[in-house]
Amino acid sequence: LRSVGKPGVASIVSPLRSTRAVGGAWLGVLLTEAWAWEPLPLPGCCDGSSGEAENLRDWRSIFTSFSLFCLPLPLPSRPKKSPLQTIGEEQMQNPYTELLVLKAHHDIVRFLVQLDDYRFASAGDDGIVVVWNAQTGEKLLELNGHTQKITAIITFPSLEACEEKNQLILTASADRTVLTVLQRLNIWLSGGNDLCVWNRKLDLLCKTGHLSDTGISALIEIPKNCVVAAVGKELIIFRLIEPTEASLEWDIFEVKRLLDHQDNILSLANVNDLHFVTGSHVGELIVWDVLNWTMQTCERNFWDPSPQLDTQQEIKLCQKSNDISIHHFTWNEENVFAAVGRGLYVYNLQMKRVIASQKTAHDSNVLHVAILPNRQLISCSEDGSVRIWELREKQQLAAEPVPTGFFNMWGFGRVHKQASQPVKKQENATSTSLELIGDLIGHSSSVEMFLYFEDHGLVTCSADHLIILWKNGERESGLRSLRLFQKLEENGNLYLAV
Amino acid sequence: MISAPDVVAFTKEDEYEEEPYNEPALPEEYSVPLFPFASQGANPWSKLSGAKFSRDFILISEFSEQVGPQPLLTIPNDTRVFGTFDLNYFSLRIMSVDYQASFVGHPPGSAYPKLNFVEDSKVVLGDSKEGAFAYVHHLTLYDLEARGFVRPFCMAYISADQHKIMQQFQELSAEFSKASECLKQGNRKAFAGELEKKLKDLDYTRTVLHTETEIQKKANDKGFYSSQAIEKANELASVEKSIIEHQDLLKQIRSYPHRKLKGSDLRSGETEHMQEQAYQAVTTSNPDEPVDTDLYTCRPAYTPKLIKAKSTKCFDKKLKTLEELCDTEYFTQTLAQLSHIEHMFRGDLCYLLTSQIDRALLKQQQITNFLFEDFVEIDDRVLEKQENAAPNPSQDRQPPRFLEEYPIPQVLISVGSYKSSVESVLIKMEQELGDEEYKEAEVPEVSSFDPQENLDYLDMDMKGSISSGESIEVLGTEKSTSVLSKSDSQASLTVPLSPQVVRSKAVSHRTISEDSIEVLSTCPSEALIPDDFKASYPSAINEEESYVDDSEGAIHFEATISPQELGEAEEGSLGNPPLQTDSSCCIGKESDSLQVPLSTPAQTLADEDGVVSIPPQRYRQKDQGFHVDFTVENTNPSSRDNNSEGFPAYELDPNRLLASRDVSKTSLDNCSDTTSYVGSIASTSSDRTPSAHPAGSSSERHKKRAGQNALKFIRQYPFAHPAIYSLLSGRTLVVLGEDEAIVRKLVSALSIFVPNYSRCAKPVKHWVSSPLHITDFQKWKLIGLQRVASPAGAGTLHALSRYGRYTSILDLDNKTLRCPLYRGTLVPRLADHRTQIKRGSTYYLHVQSMLTQLCSKAFLYTFCHHLHLPAHDKETEELVASRQASFLKLNLGLVNEDVKVVQYLAELLKLYYMQESPGTSHPMLRFDYVPSFLYKI
Repeated sequence: LRSVGKPGVASIVSPLRSTRAVGGAWLGVLLTEAWAWEPLPLPGCCDGSSGEAENLRDWRSIFTSFSLFCLPLPLPSRPKKSPLQTIGEEQMQNPYTELLVLKAHHDIVRFLVQLDDYRFASAGDDGIVVVWNAQTGEKLLELNGHTQKITAIITFPSLEACEEKNQLILTASADRTVLTVLQRLNIWLSGGNDLCVWNRKLDLLCKTGHLSDTGISALIEIPKNCVVAAVGKELIIFRLIEPTEASLEWDIFEVKRLLDHQDNILSLANVNDLHFVTGSHVGELIVWDVLNWTMQTCERNFWDPSPQLDTQQEIKLCQKSNDISIHHFTWNEENVFAAVGRGLYVYNLQMKRVIASQKTAHDSNVLHVAILPNRQLISCSEDGSVRIWELREKQQLAAEPVPTGFFNMWGFGRVHKQASQPVKKQENATSTSLELIGDLIGHSSSVEMFLYFEDHGLVTCSADHLIILWKNGERESGLRSLRLFQKLEENGNLYLAV
Repeated sequence: MISAPDVVAFTKEDEYEEEPYNEPALPEEYSVPLFPFASQGANPWSKLSGAKFSRDFILISEFSEQVGPQPLLTIPNDTRVFGTFDLNYFSLRIMSVDYQASFVGHPPGSAYPKLNFVEDSKVVLGDSKEGAFAYVHHLTLYDLEARGFVRPFCMAYISADQHKIMQQFQELSAEFSKASECLKQGNRKAFAGELEKKLKDLDYTRTVLHTETEIQKKANDKGFYSSQAIEKANELASVEKSIIEHQDLLKQIRSYPHRKLKGSDLRSGETEHMQEQAYQAVTTSNPDEPVDTDLYTCRPAYTPKLIKAKSTKCFDKKLKTLEELCDTEYFTQTLAQLSHIEHMFRGDLCYLLTSQIDRALLKQQQITNFLFEDFVEIDDRVLEKQENAAPNPSQDRQPPRFLEEYPIPQVLISVGSYKSSVESVLIKMEQELGDEEYKEAEVPEVSSFDPQENLDYLDMDMKGSISSGESIEVLGTEKSTSVLSKSDSQASLTVPLSPQVVRSKAVSHRTISEDSIEVLSTCPSEALIPDDFKASYPSAINEEESYVDDSEGAIHFEATISPQELGEAEEGSLGNPPLQTDSSCCIGKESDSLQVPLSTPAQTLADEDGVVSIPPQRYRQKDQGFHVDFTVENTNPSSRDNNSEGFPAYELDPNRLLASRDVSKTSLDNCSDTTSYVGSIASTSSDRTPSAHPAGSSSERHKKRAGQNALKFIRQYPFAHPAIYSLLSGRTLVVLGEDEAIVRKLVSALSIFVPNYSRCAKPVKHWVSSPLHITDFQKWKLIGLQRVASPAGAGTLHALSRYGRYTSILDLDNKTLRCPLYRGTLVPRLADHRTQIKRGSTYYLHVQSMLTQLCSKAFLYTFCHHLHLPAHDKETEELVASRQASFLKLNLGLVNEDVKVVQYLAELLKLYYMQESPGTSHPMLRFDYVPSFLYKI
């Protein structure tokens, strides 16, 4: 794959009317303005678009998804040793008992991005961006502009201080283009073969030279005005120079190259203020210090296919490298949850080891994972299913051998054996496990991504061109009753018993 | 002008008191006369005594100036229908009553003949010797060649059931008026064309005469005129006069629409509509168009001919046929309308009334009725009216005093949210209250509950209708709010009661009467209705929507006695009057517990509680009444057994009532497993099923077939219950099979159990062969799926198993069902494989009534405020949930999975109520994580 032309995002959308915040709250009426498109011929642009939305929150915590280039791979042969864990029809803990199929796309839907409390946008290979109401499933807007596949989408919220509360939706449509927004500086970056820095008015501020033909696969912001770009096997750290009194120009230059990965870096994420994590195609998980860019820990044992690196390692997760490629991360305070091949692994940052895992969480590659506030982990996969896991901790006596039966039941006894190595076992007496509590079956093809709304449930998008809104049926029923009585009251038809 | 016909003397029911009563004495309030022919082994529904025709038909007759009254055609045009009935004789009878037949002529003081645009007259005639009763609609058509330019015609709806005619008078009148209007419309056109031709002829004649005169003048240059010349001149003068006359006639006939519009015609809206249709049909856009666009002049072929001076009006000339008189297209349209009428009023009166009540009640249930009903017949105007009435918020707080006079004031409060039922009438009631006379007549009667008096009261009304034409409208105006404010269960009580009384009267009357023809009632043209009647019968005059109101009027009339009857039922048979009187509502037996929700534990759902609530069962024990028809559908075998000994089973099917009168088409019946207990009662094919709307015929047939197949399904498959439960609870049922015909048949049979999302089509897909997707389950609740043996079929099956949690799969080839467990009590009552119901349409009605009951439960559950909202801020969701659960269980009597059904229906109700634009979106797919089981035969 070669990149075509220079990456860029180029069109301008000018809203004809400004919007206003309703009652100071962040809830607004979505994008009721008329839109005008102004194709802006910038040199080196492929087609691009940007849209504007209303006041939105800080998105940085959600913006990721660099699984842009995880092209669907041929289904790996199922490993013989670890059968897929299944759950029956009876799923008491699965709250999603209602679904709504949203249909607007005519090709693979790859990206979902949350706009505010109740809206989200979807984008995919058909080049259109659709804005949805997550509550009702109503299609709010369809943004047409791209003629090719959209490869990245991100929202660009306005600065808090800014009077004009509007939000941009940036989409990119070149090969290997990634986007990131530096909210603090009110600029955004697009990465392809080179790295461009743009401001809110869509002016190109500065750019790097040609980096590589493979292009940037992931890009995140780190402190000290730096960004980390994953280019092939390398991590390149760039520093941005803000305009000062001396020079009015923005500038960006390369600071450091980190060459510790042995294969292409697929995922890159800021975990907390101190660390960022990278994952590669061969299953290396490296935790970096965010300030001095040094490798904190490297966890390549569990996924490393080459036995010579760690001879004591008795597990070989999978033989094929794509079975152990790290597609996606999610994290909370203590743990990084990695989607590795078909499995899910929980890596504890303090203990610096894997504390729980599901080697075969899905039939096929896991594409996206997310940890919910209630310690539920949701994963979606190429096999078309979404699974809900719960991270359970069990207090155990340090000396007591782990009953393997329990873990064998769940299909990850081997991992546990590894985890219960004497050294590590002394450190921690609790065992953690991932337990399947439900699965959502609806898509007929690979589920590319999902988005979780606290209030409205889960949105999944898939290669079958559909978006499915999964909701808690009981809660929806209650809400409907509420609305019903509200409407009755509005119509003056509600009589309460005295 | 009423010559031969006599006025019917209604008598007291002394006569049938003499009938031998074998039964122990009934309580007074139930003393309904026995069917007089019962001793002869006849049943009331076989063939009404004396009638020589097998079923109702429409007769068109003409009073021919040449041969006198003669029948022209009958609808249906089938000699078997009227059998040996003497059409000629009856034509003579009915044509002799037309006292409105005015003729065109030279009125005094007018130089030219004047056309009279007479209104049609509508009369009810009876001929007890023939056993025939008829609604007769007289009309006059214009014919240039006829005497006085008019040809009197009449259309008669002939039935053996006098009370059918009486009860349906308004409807008949409305429908026949449409037909008549159509005929007259065409006739005016044809007449205008005739006139134009005639004018051309005259013109031509004049020219010819003129030339001849000129020639004569030239030939005769003497100073005097020959007698020939004088004759010619006279002839010419008469032609001139004739031309002027005809031009005047043409002007008159053309001016008709204007005059009609000016006049306060009751049905102007409708007739205009009809006219429009007719015009479209004839493709002549406007009646007022100049001559050249007119139909006949459009034809250039017409060559004027010479008219002889003395046009002979002799008897040997051929009169125009009706079709020629009216223009073929109008004529066919009229025929279509007439056969529509024939369809509409087919069947027994009680069935007609029941279905009318049924429809009226359904219309009122505007919140729930979309779930299981077909909505072809929903009338926009009614909806509109109800919407207009809807914003009245005070209906249950300040019940009008009229309502307070009824014994069921509680109903209003507890059914407050059933507002649609109440309000549409309240407005009318207020109008009626204004009419002092009416109120005085009404209220005292109502407040006294003496049952005998009630019967008398009804009698009196009937008697009142004898001599004065207007009295039918009086009957019609007896709109009581009670039936509307009442619940289904109560309404279901009224249904059996009213026709019974009516029927008895019909019977008694016939036995007494010696006269050969009676005018039972006449309805003069609308303009003649006195003003005070306009007040009491607003729909007849003041409103355009007379037809709708008419039907309501009839229903209300039936309902009038219902509260009293109900009262009697309560006091007499229940022995627990206060409770029952308080009881409000929609779900029969459970009602009392609803009164104080949550506080009283509900009565356990007795197995008796099938379709109708208690009172009719009481009747059943002591009375050979009509009620049994409705109670028999209880699924309780024991009660049925009790019942069947004293009462043969010919009541099982309302349709059978209809069938009774036409034995002739027995062979048409295609129901294989129908067994008839009474030989004379042949089964009927569904084309005889009454239907009150044009689309009815086919949908009735469909219903019947669906019911029949559903019945078969229930008998054939022991796992019918979980399958039906799947449908009711919104879990998609996939019917898998190789044979398309079989699958389709079963799918359409089962579709009667599928709740609708909205007023659109049912979420049923009869046949697909491609693999199913998740969207299909969201869209369809019943799917017929092709089983293919090819590899493509494997994909289908794979998809099916993948989405197994959303579906129940009925495999017709292997006779298996894969679906969740069902342990409720609702479906067994709905679909009892040991049911005694034999006929598809009966079963369909049974299902409908059960589902209606279910709907009302769902309605209550949905709209009970306290069930869904926390009573105060601190109340937890769990408390609310437990309250819901206990309501469902205790108050609605739902067990196990039945709860899910009501919950699903409640969700549909909510969605429907919330929808701004109905039918735009599909609701979400709701599902449960419950294990499925595999059932085998």
